Amino acid sequence: MKIDNSLILKLENLARLQLSGEERAMMNSDLNKMLDLVSKMDELELDHIEPLVHLTDAVNVLRPDIITEKTTRRDALKNAPDHDENGFLVPKVIK
Amino acid sequence: MFMENKNFTTVQSRLAAGEINLTGLVTDYLTAIEESKKLNIYVEVFAEEALQRAKVLDEKFAKDPTSVGRLYGMVISIKDVICYKDHKVTGGSKILTDFESLYTATALQRLLDEDVIVIGRVNCDEFAMGSGNENSFYGPTINAVGENRVPGGSSGASAVSVQANTCLASLGSDTGGSVRQPAAFCGLVGLKPTYGRISRYGLLAYASSFDQIGTITNTVADAALLLEIMAGPDAYDSTASPRPVEKYSDLDTKASPKKIAYFKSALDHPSMDSEIRAASLDFLEKLKKDGHEVSGLDFDLLDYLIPAYYVLTTAEASTNLSRYDGVRYGYRSEDVNDLQETYKKSRTEGFGKEVKRRILLGTFVLSSGYYDAYYGKAQKVRRLITEQTKEIFQSYDYMVMPVTPSVAWKIGDQSTDPVAAYLADIYTVQANMTGIPAIALPLGKNKENMPFGIQIMSDRHTEFSLLNFANSIDFQ
Repeated sequence: MKIDNSLILKLENLARLQLSGEERAMMNSDLNKMLDLVSKMDELELDHIEPLVHLTDAVNVLRPDIITEKTTRRDALKNAPDHDENGFLVPKVIK
Repeated sequence: MFMENKNFTTVQSRLAAGEINLTGLVTDYLTAIEESKKLNIYVEVFAEEALQRAKVLDEKFAKDPTSVGRLYGMVISIKDVICYKDHKVTGGSKILTDFESLYTATALQRLLDEDVIVIGRVNCDEFAMGSGNENSFYGPTINAVGENRVPGGSSGASAVSVQANTCLASLGSDTGGSVRQPAAFCGLVGLKPTYGRISRYGLLAYASSFDQIGTITNTVADAALLLEIMAGPDAYDSTASPRPVEKYSDLDTKASPKKIAYFKSALDHPSMDSEIRAASLDFLEKLKKDGHEVSGLDFDLLDYLIPAYYVLTTAEASTNLSRYDGVRYGYRSEDVNDLQETYKKSRTEGFGKEVKRRILLGTFVLSSGYYDAYYGKAQKVRRLITEQTKEIFQSYDYMVMPVTPSVAWKIGDQSTDPVAAYLADIYTVQANMTGIPAIALPLGKNKENMPFGIQIMSDRHTEFSLLNFANSIDFQ
């Protein structure tokens, strides 16, 4: 498996990144090195192994359905790059 | 004075005897922070509020010594990934510029409730991704030992903050060795508890099924005390274990004969430094002389740890870091025409190179058509490794392993090949892959006077036994 220019463009879009040409070339080479490293896994016989998804044995950890959050609207907005008194502001979506 | 204050028991007894007070201690630490500025340890020093809190606690203690918490006298630094209400936290990243926490991490809150003092937040690799503390928006942190050496990472500055006596202990996070490796590079004790032993609420997420808060301290006893206070269930983290917290701080200085395993393939690994190898073998010999049974095992999966680890952690990182979109908090690019561009440019300008690399690899291994071949496969490898590790602990009490294949490298030496740096995690990722606890202890120094460590691991939720054993080892 090799990552080429068209695949990296697709990945950039999926990850919402936008690299410069120079950065992309470097990233491309780094990602291929990473894939070489990762391809080591192909040596293992894994057909009958179940994937390990959760690290704890806990199932459905529940707590009473009581509101405990104390975050106010003002607090929630205080770190926003742009907001008014009601919510977050972003560039116009529908033009 | 500092040499005498390198463990909490001493600090406590000197406070009790009236030889020192907390205000004086904090003042001394602040002086040490000032004097070690060139090491680039602190991103922000909470000088005034630390002094203020010390004064209040001193007064409380003077009135009634029993009225203060268990950590009266404990001054710590926190890695820049741990939330502290109304304080900034940035994960060493431009994308969280000026972000202020709305709440305090559970682990930290429990320490504050016992009267800990937080003296500042310290540098780290961006979003804890790195092994040298070189991938930070704030520039590299420098090891206090040697010339221009890395302190390790990602909790590099956490380690240097303790090493340079600017505080007594530091809270870090360990996803693949990020507490243990810098501890080893700086000659300190680094503890990564069992996955889920300490709540992750308020810890900036890197790879959620690997991340665990850990401590860097001068002594095993201090690590045990901090763990005892931080551990336990938390309504805000469903992966935090409900198991009762043992009295970890009730340590023994002697251990009954134990069964100890080590991997021959680890010590014979081609990347292994010969001095560290020799010292590790001496250490195993010493354990034998102390009456323990030591066995060298074959472990064929050693070289598969790093590949599977990087697939899984980058996948989780690409998901976790999708929250940084320039809309609700953090950095937003100004130069945009529409919302898509807000996302793309904010993230591109806000994240550093290593973070982008890992996000892209994570996106790839999770993307349609490649998921089974990479992500699914890595999960299977994780199962294999976890089962084999479990099996070892059915016959052995502990595993002993080096912490790192080398000592701290010179700053900039590994920047040309990012992948080469990944291999340096070879001995530490097993604990995160399988969720077991691990502790790094200072073992020695090489001929260039650079420190290195030895690591002890045990089965899940056996911290009490692990800490006791670690405490029983006489390194003299």
